[in-house]
Amino acid sequence: MANISTLNTTAAGFDAVSDQVASGPRGRKPRRVVSGRNIMLYGTLFVAALYYLLPLYVMVVTSLKGMPEVRMGNIFAPPMEITFEPWVKAWAEACTGLNCDGLSRGFWNSVRILIPSVVVSIAVASVSGYSLANWRFKGSELFFSILIIGAFIPYQVMIYPVVIALRELGVYGTLTGLVIVHTIFGMPILTLLFRNYFASLPVELFKAARIDGAGFWQIYFRIMLPMALPIFVVAMILQVTGIWNDFLFGVVFTRPDVYPMTVQLNNIVNSVQGVKEYNVNMAATLLTGAVPLIVYFLSGRLFVRGIAAGAVKG
Amino acid sequence: MTGLAPAKRPNQLFRNLTAKIASIPMILIALGIFLGGSLWTVVYSFTNSKLLPRATFVGFDQFERLWASSRWIISIQNLAIYGILSLIFSMVIGFLLAALMDQKIRFENTFRTIFLYPFALSFIVTGLVWQWILNPEFGVQGIVRSLGWESFTFDPLYNPDIVIYGILIAGLWQGTGLVMCLMLAGLRGIDEDIWKAARVDGIPMWRTYLFIVIPMMRPVFITTLVIIASGIVKVYDLVVAQTSGGPGNASEVPAKYVYDYMFQAQNLGQGFAASTMMLLTVAIIIIPWAYLEFGGKKRG
Repeated sequence: MANISTLNTTAAGFDAVSDQVASGPRGRKPRRVVSGRNIMLYGTLFVAALYYLLPLYVMVVTSLKGMPEVRMGNIFAPPMEITFEPWVKAWAEACTGLNCDGLSRGFWNSVRILIPSVVVSIAVASVSGYSLANWRFKGSELFFSILIIGAFIPYQVMIYPVVIALRELGVYGTLTGLVIVHTIFGMPILTLLFRNYFASLPVELFKAARIDGAGFWQIYFRIMLPMALPIFVVAMILQVTGIWNDFLFGVVFTRPDVYPMTVQLNNIVNSVQGVKEYNVNMAATLLTGAVPLIVYFLSGRLFVRGIAAGAVKG
Repeated sequence: MTGLAPAKRPNQLFRNLTAKIASIPMILIALGIFLGGSLWTVVYSFTNSKLLPRATFVGFDQFERLWASSRWIISIQNLAIYGILSLIFSMVIGFLLAALMDQKIRFENTFRTIFLYPFALSFIVTGLVWQWILNPEFGVQGIVRSLGWESFTFDPLYNPDIVIYGILIAGLWQGTGLVMCLMLAGLRGIDEDIWKAARVDGIPMWRTYLFIVIPMMRPVFITTLVIIASGIVKVYDLVVAQTSGGPGNASEVPAKYVYDYMFQAQNLGQGFAASTMMLLTVAIIIIPWAYLEFGGKKRG
């Protein structure tokens, strides 16, 4: 990631230099580094950054303290004695209802939900997007418009008909059912993403392949798929964070023993029984947030591109 | 020639058959779930379904009961307060941060990473963290008190009058990074020459923003508005995690009302009626936008 951004800056630098050679000196006079304006600017940004970082810091700090220390004092104070016990407890011992095997159960449930959901939803949406971009047929734009409008309809409006449909299919409450649900509700944004991407590819490629006698699937697998790898990565980032963070579908469409991590986390922290162990709660919260955070920090610009692609172009 | 044409012309239905077959999942989802499902819910909101959906129509009874319920009124009020304030604040903060980020600053990537990371976290995680920070005993209130200001009170999550603002703080923390990113993309789309022209004319920077740049960014503002607004109507997990609707039912929201009536109180009719009202709210937001966005293009 660092390499890419360095490359970008270098490329931008070259552009600037060649521009300068072409048109002479341009832009403002260089400013002094320490000026009133800069102090204001960086000061404000710094304070804002502190505000955004504060909750993460509080989570980390609290999760490393022992319970007596948490009860004594200040949530912002760094731990006097670092202990990893809350993490172990959150992962392996925290109780939800009758089960006391910690968040690990929810973690593995989430993994089991995540992998097939991401694969199926992206497969279906990429084929639909490809079909919409290159194989328009009568009514295809109408279906697409319905999908896009559907993206704005609250899930609560459609959730019960989906429950009925899944019950009729005999998959309500199972993993298959939840995969179908994630595929359905991931459709609008993913189809939009793929359709826009495939539509931006030069149409001559498609036409040449047609003339050479390639069919729908051949063009998809041999030409479109290899060219669309970046957009597949963007779609994966969107879906991994989206599905991992989902709560509503997890509650509605699964049974307690297959609850995803977010649901289990909420049950652990907001359970009314027993003494509240804030350090264990924060460790559990961090564990649940870890997966999307890692995806976010590793993917950097692509994450931004993913959300902007759906948002701005739509 | 006209006599020959029908015979030679391939049947429209079977043209590009593979593409149509491959689009079946999309068509099913669009028509069956998004269109059909929504219509189904609207139709069944006029029935007296309880545990199971029943097609016994009772007119507007469910809606009358809905609007007579104090819990629903509180939900709507909360949604209105949360919605309006979160729109205003996230737009203003998001735009200000984007404008600061657009000053050719150093460490832009670092700042952006910091402002946007909460957006990667789920509402459950967000709600739980802020529940802890706003904890009156150990959190912000406890700390200010331990500094010597004994009468300091800041316990939004335990005070029914201001609980919705406690949720707002968490919601803003999670969502402003996204607004900042969208606004920054919009600012980057403004032609550099506009800035130069304004500078030549000696227009101060804040006036350039206010009277030139912001009007030029109208499409970005509208898109952002629609995205935030449709997210606001869906707000559910945040409330569940942060307050579970409490204290009492002071922080209930419509999405939670729907869920509770459908899946816990086993009063489907109420749930359908409430979700129909949610659909109506979204329609009020979306239709003018769709008209501006797509109707405008045809005229211009």
